[in-house]
Amino acid sequence: MSEGIEAVVMPKWGLAMQEGMLAAWLVEEGETVARGQEIAEIETSKIANVFESPAAGVLRRRVAREGETLPVGALLAVLAPASVHEEAIDRFVAEFEARFAEALAARKAEAAPEPATLEAGGRRIRYLEVGEGEGPPVLFLHGFGGDLTSWSLNQEALAGERRTLALDLPGHGGSDKRIARGDLEELAEAVAAFLDTLGLSRVHLVGHSLGGAVALRLALDRPGRVASLTLVAPAGFGEEIADAYLEGFLRERRARKLRPVLEMLVRDPTMIGREMVEEVLRYKRLDGVPEALAKIRESCFGGGRQRILLRDRLAELPMPVQVLWGREDRILPARQAEGLPEGVAVTILEECGHLAHMEKAEACNAALRRFLAGG
Amino acid sequence: MQLSREDLLEAYRRMRLIREFEDAVHEEFAAGNIPGFVHLYAGEEASAVGMCMHLDDRDRIASTHRGHGHCIAKGCDPRAMMLEIFGKREGLCAGKGGSMHIADLEKGMMGANGIVGGGPPLICGAALAAKTLGTGGVAVAFVGDGGSNQGTTLESYNLAKVWNLPAIFVIEDNGYAESTASSWSVGGSQTGRAAGFGMPGVEVDGFDFFAVWEAAREAVERAREGGGPSLLHVRLGRYYGHFEGDACTYRAPDEVERLKAEKDPLVLFRRRVGEAGLLEPTDLDAIDREAREQIARAVSDAKAAGYPTEADLLTDVYASY
Amino acid sequence: MPKKSFRQAVNEALRQEMERDPTVVVMGEDVAGGMGAPGEQDAWGGPLGVTKGLMPQFGRERVLDTPISESAFIGAAVGAAATGLRPVAELMFVDFMGVCFDQIFNQAAKFRYMFGGKATTPVVIRTMYGAGFRAASQHSQCLYNIFTHIPGLKVAIPSNAYEAKGLLIQAIRDDDPVMFFEHKAMYDEEAEVPDEPYAIPFGEANLVREGEDVTIVALGRMVNVARDAADRLEGEGISCTVVDLRTTSPLDRETVLETAAETGRVVVVDEAHPRCSVATDIAALIAQEAFESLEAPVRMVTAPHAPVPFSPALEDLYIPSADRIAEAVREVHGHGRR
Repeated sequence: MSEGIEAVVMPKWGLAMQEGMLAAWLVEEGETVARGQEIAEIETSKIANVFESPAAGVLRRRVAREGETLPVGALLAVLAPASVHEEAIDRFVAEFEARFAEALAARKAEAAPEPATLEAGGRRIRYLEVGEGEGPPVLFLHGFGGDLTSWSLNQEALAGERRTLALDLPGHGGSDKRIARGDLEELAEAVAAFLDTLGLSRVHLVGHSLGGAVALRLALDRPGRVASLTLVAPAGFGEEIADAYLEGFLRERRARKLRPVLEMLVRDPTMIGREMVEEVLRYKRLDGVPEALAKIRESCFGGGRQRILLRDRLAELPMPVQVLWGREDRILPARQAEGLPEGVAVTILEECGHLAHMEKAEACNAALRRFLAGG
Repeated sequence: MQLSREDLLEAYRRMRLIREFEDAVHEEFAAGNIPGFVHLYAGEEASAVGMCMHLDDRDRIASTHRGHGHCIAKGCDPRAMMLEIFGKREGLCAGKGGSMHIADLEKGMMGANGIVGGGPPLICGAALAAKTLGTGGVAVAFVGDGGSNQGTTLESYNLAKVWNLPAIFVIEDNGYAESTASSWSVGGSQTGRAAGFGMPGVEVDGFDFFAVWEAAREAVERAREGGGPSLLHVRLGRYYGHFEGDACTYRAPDEVERLKAEKDPLVLFRRRVGEAGLLEPTDLDAIDREAREQIARAVSDAKAAGYPTEADLLTDVYASY
Repeated sequence: MPKKSFRQAVNEALRQEMERDPTVVVMGEDVAGGMGAPGEQDAWGGPLGVTKGLMPQFGRERVLDTPISESAFIGAAVGAAATGLRPVAELMFVDFMGVCFDQIFNQAAKFRYMFGGKATTPVVIRTMYGAGFRAASQHSQCLYNIFTHIPGLKVAIPSNAYEAKGLLIQAIRDDDPVMFFEHKAMYDEEAEVPDEPYAIPFGEANLVREGEDVTIVALGRMVNVARDAADRLEGEGISCTVVDLRTTSPLDRETVLETAAETGRVVVVDEAHPRCSVATDIAALIAQEAFESLEAPVRMVTAPHAPVPFSPALEDLYIPSADRIAEAVREVHGHGRR
């Protein structure tokens, strides 16, 4: 910072403006300008306008060239008293631009990553890839009726140190809605095909609810592909399941009727916002979704009980396994986490419902990081 | 003539059924047994039957308010029709349509229409469907001389022509649109209008089954082969009024008598087949008898049958609501 | 979730349904454009480009340009629907209904009933409605109330691009004749619209906003204007429920009555003329069935009883604004208090 030196930067005209083009300078270097004096013409994709000087002073340096396009906030010119030396102006410009470059990089990083799709095993699979780092990437598998956004509080947190992927299971999100049988084998096959297509030889698998059972199924079938297994309130650990939830989830088409059903998922009902309810409604309207969900429900949870029992095979698994469960889970009772083989790390989260990875995101992320450190 | 013996008997049977049906309805209406409006086709039988002999289940027809004849000619069940006209629950339209809306889409009869000129656009649609789905079917609009002046009819000529539809427009000109003579109300000529729209149009003696049959054959063939629409201007005469209850004072005093005496299509048919030695009078007498009995039974069934109930009032407004 | 315009959403619905079902055909004036002309084919894709791209993909056997003869081609759409096709016909401006109304209200609407349940007429008639284009009195009316009145017809009026795609897909799959209303000033408005096909059921109103003080019932473009008013009123401490009717026939009576009873204070917003309208229909329903719950008379915010004027100065006064809606809400909110 130098005494009396002021930066004149590319203005932001409107929320959408990202950059502008300096069409013409209206003043010369060395001219004295008054505050509000028109000093340049700037064009954006929406408008062209004269730019008024934000301050009074001597225009010592025209940094931007005519015709140059610069991002909002970039240095256009420098105002300073005539007494300030040229070197001081140089220094100011260099420092400003260095700082600005950092800020710009940070701004770009903030722009939300978008999901992509690929063809795997004859199916379209939508997935979101965020982050990079050493070691096997983390693959997140959501639960029944959910999608990859289920992991929004977890993926982001881990993306700083690790490559993470979250996918939409068949029948869900933006993935192919065609379901043949709806059993765990079919779903696990789809995930395996996804891994093959991306060339992922080994991943840390994280699965929630039905996604947990799918993860376990995959780990049992292809143990070499799974570096570690984190199961959050997984299915497949007992017979009991809240059939009323499944019934309600499939049946209700109106927001006011669906809301109490979704509230069963969490301990604190205020967590279920209007937008979430609306998103579920919109998902359920997509062609093929009711059929897909019905098939999966029938295969895995037909007759109001879990038809998939995998807990007895946990001991077979060579990789580290941990289980996280909310104490107040009303969909799959937390007592299903009891009596597991010794090697399985179990964490019961207090004051927590079925969506443990959302309700207690920090605790879950910490547990996950511990496992990643191990592998 | 390429009509087989069976065809000839069938043609006569249909015409006779129509005549018996309409005469019976005339009687029952006069006796106060039939609600609403009826418009009778007696005297015009050759037109409906001459055309419909060429049609099968792929084909569709639309009619006017004077629809009983077309309905029978297309193969609809006269008993169910009679029940419908009496407003009974087991009627062809469950008692919901009546004489003016008598229809059976399963038989390709898209309905008598209470709106003059309602049929031709519908027939353009049926022809479009046949063409798009490749069924080989044709669609026939029966239009009165009155309906021939309606905008919908003329627009349909144009649409059928520019879309090259397998459609046929049969203008049944009985000389009167209600009480107004067609000789006055129709500007130009029916065939001239057809030519104006670029479509073939022919004059047909509507009292002569064989003349209608021949003209229809050509039109149907043309349509089936992708040759586009045609028009038949069929001149004929109705025995009864525009509607039942019409005093018909606009007609000449002996007009109907002379029609019946000289231009009865059934009598003319008999004479032709007799002279050509194609059928025996006894064949036709048997048909006369059977038809009379069939219609008599239909009337007594209609009288005995039950009406729809309140539970039927709101059914079939929508497929689902 | 991709953002698409109302126009794109309608186009996508048509395209996806035509891909799925070969009996779906599109017909209307200039729905492709250039028919018989020496220049570009698919020149227009409809007057505002909504059907552009369909003819190149599906051919002129399934995307049919028509002469200017509504009574013939709307009637043909009806007849074709009754005999095996699922036509989506375009009545370019609903103001033109006068030349083809018989085909809609006397033929299509009545076949099933008149023929004793033995007819199915799955025709969709898409039509443009609404003011704001300076198109004046013969190109700016709403008129959905007239079709709502007719037993046998269904009427859908989407309020945004998401609704448009889902309601149009439903309309095409529906076995009854459906009038589908598109506001001409909304075609560029965007919303999140899934790439996959989906259907929004008829007869299910949408709660766009939920509040405790006043219920605003609206339809079509007015839903968005009502929501703007509601956002503003939130700042004044008045919280509003905003109900998007989605379809006037069938009508979600239950949601209308439930939300009316919750607040006891109702404002109905309808862009159409005020007499014998959807607004009066809703108001009468509430007065009859929710009378005990009412704390204030039902207020209606509508256009005036006048043709739509041409001059922008007048047309802007004609269309119900967020200001007028807010005023009506304040009025019912304050009724009987103090």
